[in-house]
Amino acid sequence: MTRLRPSTLFGAAILLLLAGTAAAGLHARTARIAAAAAENEGRTLVARLGLTDLCLTTEASYCRNPALTDARTPFQDHPGALEHFPSGALIAPPPHLTPTHAPRR
Amino acid sequence: MLRAVERHRHLLDFALASLLRRKGKNAALIGVYTLVVFLLGSTLFFTHGIKREAARLLAEAPEIVVQRTVMGRYEPVPADWTEKVRALRGVSEVQPRLWGYYFDPGLKANYTFLVDRRAEPGKVLLGAALSRARGAYPGDTISFDAFDGTFTSFEVTGVLSEASELLSADLILIAEGDYRRLTGAPAGLVTDLAVRVPNAKEVPAVAEKIAGLFPHARPILRSEILRTYDSLFDWRGGMMLAVLSATLLAFLILAWDKATALSAEERREIGILKAVGWDTGDIMLMKFWEGCSVSLLAFGAGSLLAYWHVFAGNGFVIVAALKGWSTLYPSFRIAPYLGPEQLITLFFLTVVPYTAATIVPAWRAATVDPDQVMR
Repeated sequence: MTRLRPSTLFGAAILLLLAGTAAAGLHARTARIAAAAAENEGRTLVARLGLTDLCLTTEASYCRNPALTDARTPFQDHPGALEHFPSGALIAPPPHLTPTHAPRR
Repeated sequence: MLRAVERHRHLLDFALASLLRRKGKNAALIGVYTLVVFLLGSTLFFTHGIKREAARLLAEAPEIVVQRTVMGRYEPVPADWTEKVRALRGVSEVQPRLWGYYFDPGLKANYTFLVDRRAEPGKVLLGAALSRARGAYPGDTISFDAFDGTFTSFEVTGVLSEASELLSADLILIAEGDYRRLTGAPAGLVTDLAVRVPNAKEVPAVAEKIAGLFPHARPILRSEILRTYDSLFDWRGGMMLAVLSATLLAFLILAWDKATALSAEERREIGILKAVGWDTGDIMLMKFWEGCSVSLLAFGAGSLLAYWHVFAGNGFVIVAALKGWSTLYPSFRIAPYLGPEQLITLFFLTVVPYTAATIVPAWRAATVDPDQVMR
């Protein structure tokens, strides 16, 4: 019996990984089709109620509705207050509230 | 052509045989490499997936939301703004929205009340996470403390679908009269206005007109809403990548160290190869195939594991850092997406630094003097 060359085994391993990638692509496609109904439901709700935000955290208004918040709300407890909710550390301020004042080059 | 392919195949055979001679060491290297690709890949796939989800869901958000600020704080908007904004050229619809937050001291969670024109008086619809947390289902009665200290009860007529939980986990849809009674919101005032502008090119002009009409109005554009979520998840993904960059750096040091500290056996092997006629180019090619096979196996396995982890396993390893937390956390799955741009980014984050860290040591190994190493 002839012994398999290492490159043949390596080629087989690469083919297996490529097959895995193709399976992942196929899974992504079928799962997206399956999720389309849920997505449409979400979009209908957004259109009907005029929703503006995802419900990712509910502990403070500026974390529940980051798109609608302003630059002052997180700091209004007293002058010089630091924003202190744990989820605030994971939510960046919206880009439209943090324009850069650096000169354009 | 065939001759060149066969030459490379022989070199690959030799490189793989050389790797197999040091099974333990190389298996550990491939294992750590796969883990690094897996962690970075999971972060990239999750961040991209949730950004895509947010963009697709919020694509139907109002083109402009009009708020009012007084002394730096939000104030309700007078309802008569509705007609004035509707009269602006380019505006097709204005929906006055009445909504607000409610803190439940029992559950220590905030809810969002939102007035729904379809809601019947005395009845509410609950978000799925809230319904689970309160144990309130259709047919049950749910009570809230009103602003005047009275206790107000409502019949639960339904629970919003779990499919929309990412948007509605904490929502309570209520009739306008009930909401005003519950919160004491005076008639004639609403929380904000949702403005529809069918022509996207007119949106900035309409926002400018609104700001001109009401100087203390604050129009927020849908493009800003969408950018908020892009930036939010970029921020989280960036923080996770910053933490993981230490792992990547440690791995690169390991790879570089392994490549520079050639064992006496490896040096002798290179010396013998050169003595029997291999030139520097052949050794470099052999080393190239060695690195290439390690990288291909680790990159392929790591990225596949990352895909299945994020989209089939719901990202259980990284989810706490990337999804955030909340008392009423929505249960949701991200629609899977695997695009070439993510794989290319992952490739540049992992394989390119690995190759850069190992190429110089490989070149130094290839130029070793056979006489010196075999003496």
